[in-house]
Amino acid sequence: MGQYAAPGTAGSVVEYRSRYDHFIGGEYVGPARGGYFENPTPVTGKPFTEMARGTAEDVERAIDAAESAVSTWGRKSPAERAGILLSVAERMERNLEKLAVAESWENGKPVRETLAADIPLAIDHFRYFAGALRAQEGTLSQVDESTVAYHFHEPLGVVAQIIPWNFPILMATWKLAPALAGGNAVVLKPAEQTPASIHVLLDVIADLLPAGTVNVVNGFGVEAGKPLASNPRIRKVAFTGETTTGRLILQYASENIIPVTVELGGKSPNIFFDDVAAADDAFYDKALEGFTLFALNQGEVCTCPSRALVQSGIYRDFTADAVARTKNITPGHPLDTDTQIGAQASNDQLEKILSYIDIGKQEGARILTGGNRVELGGELSGGYYVEPTIFEGHNKQRIFQEEIFGPVVSVTSFDDYDDAMKIANDTLYGLGAGVWSRNGNTAYRAGRDIQAGRVWVNNYHSYPAHAAFGGYKQSGIGRETHKMMLDHYQQTKNLLVSYSESAMGLF
Amino acid sequence: MDTPAPQRVAVTDQAAELIRRLVEQHGHVMFHQSGGCCDGSAPMCYPRGEFRTGVNDVHLGDLDIDGVAEGVEVWMSGPQFEYWRHTHLTIDVVSGRGSGFSLEAPEGVRFLLRSRLLTSEELAWLEA
Repeated sequence: MGQYAAPGTAGSVVEYRSRYDHFIGGEYVGPARGGYFENPTPVTGKPFTEMARGTAEDVERAIDAAESAVSTWGRKSPAERAGILLSVAERMERNLEKLAVAESWENGKPVRETLAADIPLAIDHFRYFAGALRAQEGTLSQVDESTVAYHFHEPLGVVAQIIPWNFPILMATWKLAPALAGGNAVVLKPAEQTPASIHVLLDVIADLLPAGTVNVVNGFGVEAGKPLASNPRIRKVAFTGETTTGRLILQYASENIIPVTVELGGKSPNIFFDDVAAADDAFYDKALEGFTLFALNQGEVCTCPSRALVQSGIYRDFTADAVARTKNITPGHPLDTDTQIGAQASNDQLEKILSYIDIGKQEGARILTGGNRVELGGELSGGYYVEPTIFEGHNKQRIFQEEIFGPVVSVTSFDDYDDAMKIANDTLYGLGAGVWSRNGNTAYRAGRDIQAGRVWVNNYHSYPAHAAFGGYKQSGIGRETHKMMLDHYQQTKNLLVSYSESAMGLF
Repeated sequence: MDTPAPQRVAVTDQAAELIRRLVEQHGHVMFHQSGGCCDGSAPMCYPRGEFRTGVNDVHLGDLDIDGVAEGVEVWMSGPQFEYWRHTHLTIDVVSGRGSGFSLEAPEGVRFLLRSRLLTSEELAWLEA
């Protein structure tokens, strides 16, 4: 198909502005302290726009705007709110290429992924929650012959959402769609690594949203995220990130006594039983692709299948085939539609991946392929590129236990089912897992025995809106996607109504 | 002269310089090693006391930095430490962006861990 023109060059389908302020109360507002910070693209390492550097004053202003919007928004009928979400989806669909190229340039991921996954999934998410909202009903129960208990869903109020940088628009949508459907107003802080693409989305949809329902404050975690997460006017915080910040957010929430959802990553096992290789057929090919998905989005996925457990009977041949498959991954310019692996999102991310490759080698793990930074040359020479890397080692090594968040998988073998479950569950985390087997019973049992919130059986890295996503163990609290998210963004109001004319008889 | 006792943590000169600057701006600081997603697997730097350590955290050691009055505490969650205890950790700094609520992010830099295996002598001393 070819290569999209880079934003800022002739023929590009998207233009970034040279500067973005905060989006508060339906308009752009300069930062109270006047600061801005540069935003580089990981594709070339060069800045392409600058962002308002938010502080506590900006957060307060955004919460003011959200508070003044929320009662009107929350009282709109479900049909009206759902209608607006559907309009958002439709507008995004009409601007698919624009959003996809903006996201690729911002994050470094291949445009073939943003065209096929990130943006279409985001569009579907708005549609899904529009539908879920329309179908949502409260409950009522007859308590005794003259008393009835009603359960209403009511909005929480103003909610804070702190967005990660690995899927900037999709992760924002995962949080925005259910929050807005539930009748809440949002103050959202995008990641400081990827603050700009959400503003391209706002350019596309802002006129559809009542002023103040969605407010975006840019800035650094310590300067803007912390005043947002700790603010006593916030009724809920949703955070995707890592464990220490997650704990800090839970700590702030305990001071304000508000609910929190935290999604904190994983070290997901991808388990291949012997029978996967019983035939060299389409299913075997699918399983090999399933292994290679560790490199999807440059490995920058919380559910990256970063531990591959391969049964001993097929270990040698399967691993050899997996190495060959991995070597076929096409690196290149993220805006080239043939590129399968793009740039890591930031320089410090690149450095962290290289530091993990270093400790992996020191611990005695063997590199089967990859292991190096990639120099793609030309305009990409300032970008952050890493080879897809396969380590062979054992589960006690740090590369098997810590999330590298790069295109790095650590492979080990197991002897039997019990051994597989023991290794799979020997981890601090429990976000995702994959199970591959031609035997339905084996796959089913494994799916139930693995301590993780999402177990893909004979597939991986699929993220439909209608399937709950979230972690066991240290991977977090709460779920995202699925209609149960409406509950995460709503209060339960119980109206206990007596229609008896008689006193209770107590006093 | 005695050989200094083995330590679990150390700091590079560049990171020490950054810590000195952060202490001047924010007062005394601490580190907690993060695990997991996105900005994780990285040392987070906070004003001392901002992050509440608990009974399940492990105090890995203190960084002695010229010009900083007291040692800078370095912590990690206990369960994570179980998987990390055989490695020595050096806090370094690289250019970069973003780090949860860690103090250095607005400076355009990011703390980063460099690791090496502890020698059997060091481990024997530290685990004694």
